[in-house]
Amino acid sequence: MTDLSEIRGLSKKDFESNQDVRWCPGCGDYAVLSQIQKLMPTLGIPRENFVFISGIGCSSRFPYYMETYGMHSIHGRAPAIAGGLKLARPELSVWVVTGDGDALAIGGNHFIHAIRRNIGLKIILLNNRIYGLTKGQYSPTTELNKKTKSTPLGNIDRPFNPIALALGAGATFAARTVDADQAHMAGVLKRAAAHEGTAFVEVLQNCLVFNDGAYDAITDKSVRDDARLLLEHGKPLIFGKNRDKGVRLRGLKPEVVTVGENDVTEAELLMHDETVAHGALAFLISQLEAPKFPVTLGVFRDVDELGYEKRNEQLHTDTRAHRGRGELSALFNSGDVWTVE
Amino acid sequence: MRIYVARYERQVMSMTAEKAEAGQVTLPPRPVEELESVVIRFVGDSGDGMQLTGNEFSRVIARSGNDFATHPDYPSEIRAPTGTLFGVSGYQIQFASRQVFTSGDAPDVLVAMNPAALKTNFADVKRGGILIANSGAFTEGNLAKANYKSNPLEDGSLDGYRLYKIDISGLTALALKESGLSKKEIGRCKNYYALGLMLALYSRPLGREEEVIRSKFARMPAIAEANVLALRAGYAYADATEMFATSYRVHSAPIAPGKYRSLTGNQATALGLVAASELSGVPLFLGSYPITPASDILHELSGLKHFNVATFQAEDEIGGICSAIGAAYGGALGLTTTSGPGMALKTEALGLAVMLELPLVIVNVQRGGPSTGLPTKTEQSDLLQAVYGRNGECPIPVIAANSPADCFDCAIEAFRIAVKYMTPVILLSDGGIGNAAEPWRIPDPASLPKLEVAYRTEPKGFQAYARDENLVRAWVRPGTPGMEHRVGGLEKDFLTGNISHDPINHQRMVEVRAAKVEGIARDIPPLEVTGTNEGDLLVVGWGSTYGAIVQACEQAVAEGRSVAHVHLRHLNPLPPSLGDILKRYKKVLVPEMNLGQLSRLLREHYLIDVVKLNKVQGRPFKVSEIYDRILELC
Repeated sequence: MTDLSEIRGLSKKDFESNQDVRWCPGCGDYAVLSQIQKLMPTLGIPRENFVFISGIGCSSRFPYYMETYGMHSIHGRAPAIAGGLKLARPELSVWVVTGDGDALAIGGNHFIHAIRRNIGLKIILLNNRIYGLTKGQYSPTTELNKKTKSTPLGNIDRPFNPIALALGAGATFAARTVDADQAHMAGVLKRAAAHEGTAFVEVLQNCLVFNDGAYDAITDKSVRDDARLLLEHGKPLIFGKNRDKGVRLRGLKPEVVTVGENDVTEAELLMHDETVAHGALAFLISQLEAPKFPVTLGVFRDVDELGYEKRNEQLHTDTRAHRGRGELSALFNSGDVWTVE
Repeated sequence: MRIYVARYERQVMSMTAEKAEAGQVTLPPRPVEELESVVIRFVGDSGDGMQLTGNEFSRVIARSGNDFATHPDYPSEIRAPTGTLFGVSGYQIQFASRQVFTSGDAPDVLVAMNPAALKTNFADVKRGGILIANSGAFTEGNLAKANYKSNPLEDGSLDGYRLYKIDISGLTALALKESGLSKKEIGRCKNYYALGLMLALYSRPLGREEEVIRSKFARMPAIAEANVLALRAGYAYADATEMFATSYRVHSAPIAPGKYRSLTGNQATALGLVAASELSGVPLFLGSYPITPASDILHELSGLKHFNVATFQAEDEIGGICSAIGAAYGGALGLTTTSGPGMALKTEALGLAVMLELPLVIVNVQRGGPSTGLPTKTEQSDLLQAVYGRNGECPIPVIAANSPADCFDCAIEAFRIAVKYMTPVILLSDGGIGNAAEPWRIPDPASLPKLEVAYRTEPKGFQAYARDENLVRAWVRPGTPGMEHRVGGLEKDFLTGNISHDPINHQRMVEVRAAKVEGIARDIPPLEVTGTNEGDLLVVGWGSTYGAIVQACEQAVAEGRSVAHVHLRHLNPLPPSLGDILKRYKKVLVPEMNLGQLSRLLREHYLIDVVKLNKVQGRPFKVSEIYDRILELC
């Protein structure tokens, strides 16, 4: 065990591996890598206890660049591999880095079931709404009508909303951030790191080669304040350059209103609460989609629930308390045994 | 070895005592005919409880001194519509006063609970054999469902057989009319009536079985008592009526002393896997997805959490193997269990395990294929898939169990190879041995081989893919300070394990992975040849054909034929001594439940021809099928 002074002595540099980073220059992935490398030394965890596991895709090169334990596995399977590791070694801090194709197409099943179990993984999904590594086909998050290599006449495939999908699977922590806002990303990642069960973070990430500008509206500083809404627990849903726009509910239908116009007051606005049972409010907020609504960023849901690996440990402890530590000879001789002399 | 001795006198004495305790029945007054071996098949609707009857019968047989082998044969429907031909479920047992290797070719006795059961099984019964038919179920409706134009119990079509018509349904209902149970509940007790009948016919005691029933139905005392009553009624009926002119006795078999219990192959596999964990001191992690006929291994292990055993029912087959890979990366004994279709799904992850060079065991309890195939029937058709079925040059050691009890040893052997050579290992079992039971001589845990596992913790000079003299890399667990490194499915540098697309490095890595697995051949014990050391014919088998081949060869040797048998546990790599053995015989015969997969491997490896004997009917070989072919060849 490394002592705490050593851990405190760690810096971002200690988490940079000696491998050349091979993402395209200007790729949004660099920002995520940098933020995570910055976050690691602040968590009070020895470096050797971090493990990064990825699948296939541009984002999945991530573990090679982290000076931690890591595995670059196979397409879509990272949550399953990471889950097995976390069950076998609950003391490790296990991170999954994935993409929209990796997590939501080929790996959709492992993704939703990891979340359903609430196993203690941090799942960081870099969503660029395109297949980058295979050079430009549409992904499960590509918008309708979009022209890509494999949809030259426009996309007719309805996209997933990753936050809504995670909430539907029972996520106890779901958050969204964007590559171009480093401060916001840092805050969200820190919250994810502190969460006990599955922490799911969607990072809106720009692919400048195959899908450049997908998120310009919310990253361009001159316009972003009118196009995005930063969620804060216990605060109303307010946005806009002048912070005078908000989201109000009419029955279950949200609408954008301007505070001060038509007698609208701040008190009428929807109040964010990360802890609402079953994630109903978080789900509703996740349905706010551009251009009618601002893109919501921040923590949608954060509730405490026992992680799956803890339930598993408890089951083993209870069974041993009840039956005693298993012993081979007793096991062999259980059941209907007879003796031949 | 799977036999034992119990003295008949003692058996009779205890039988008398138990009966006296039960306050009924005396020893059978009828003449007793001595038999060397008997094959009995219980058949009925899949809801009739024939698997239970068969299991309980074999349990009693086991306790009273015979060697035995069983073959459960059930439909893939859980409970098919009653009375239908496709809903028939069966359980066959052979027991004997000598060693038994198979469940027997043809039943001496068929217990048929309805017309459909008779119809689908009659042709297998030995000419002149005993038919016990539940006449109460031979109603017009049931006869029609079984496509009988007239009642076979009445129309003379069974002449030449010893037919006993017993209204098992009606007599069970009569015996239980005071029980207060519903008609449906009473109907469910008739399998115990049938069991009682058979125990009386074969001169077996009742007392112990009554205890077993009471403990099995401990939570439902009314049902327990009804089943005991049905059992006694069946026993008394056979004992008291003049219907059976004779009863039969099969003496106990001469067998090595020791403690025994009856195990199915799947149970034995589970015990072997737990043993591997205890012998190595390393936790066992099973990631699995339910699939017939492998699920029993998951069931067994999931109840053993007081050992160092974790079980994880994953979201799918891929999740099963991937979670096991994750656990193995973390330093556990990674395990996944499956059958053919699941094996296909795990293929890509197997490739990853080969690249990562982590220990992992994959148990494939084979069933009829391709695709969904015959889920509840047995086959050996996944051998080439196990040896070759992956993208790229992707060598994986393969071993196969030859009997239910052998599954125990093979499970330990699989992990021995996996941890010693840092490699995934495929263990092939099949539905036949997975579900079949036989006596297992309980080993002393201290007599089992130790499994040495050492994780590397020394950072000095560490390179992730540096290899020892066996070409094996070190097992380094995350959490070990100073050794942080990355692994993955991309080709790696020969030494550091970093990504490498260098052409020469790739060839070197492909060759070293192949050489590592080939090198395991040096670590395989010499093959044992049974029979003549050189001669006319060598029978080469693998897996569950063992019993039928042993008996066929014994019979042929008794006929004076020059024949020998060698059975392969290790299929990749093949045992180094096999090449010389093959050369000592004029012909080689390879019986397999596939279209010739081991035959292909032998031809490819040794450039010799072999004679194929192939059966793909979802059923094991009969001894006679192999015996007849042997006689044709030598």
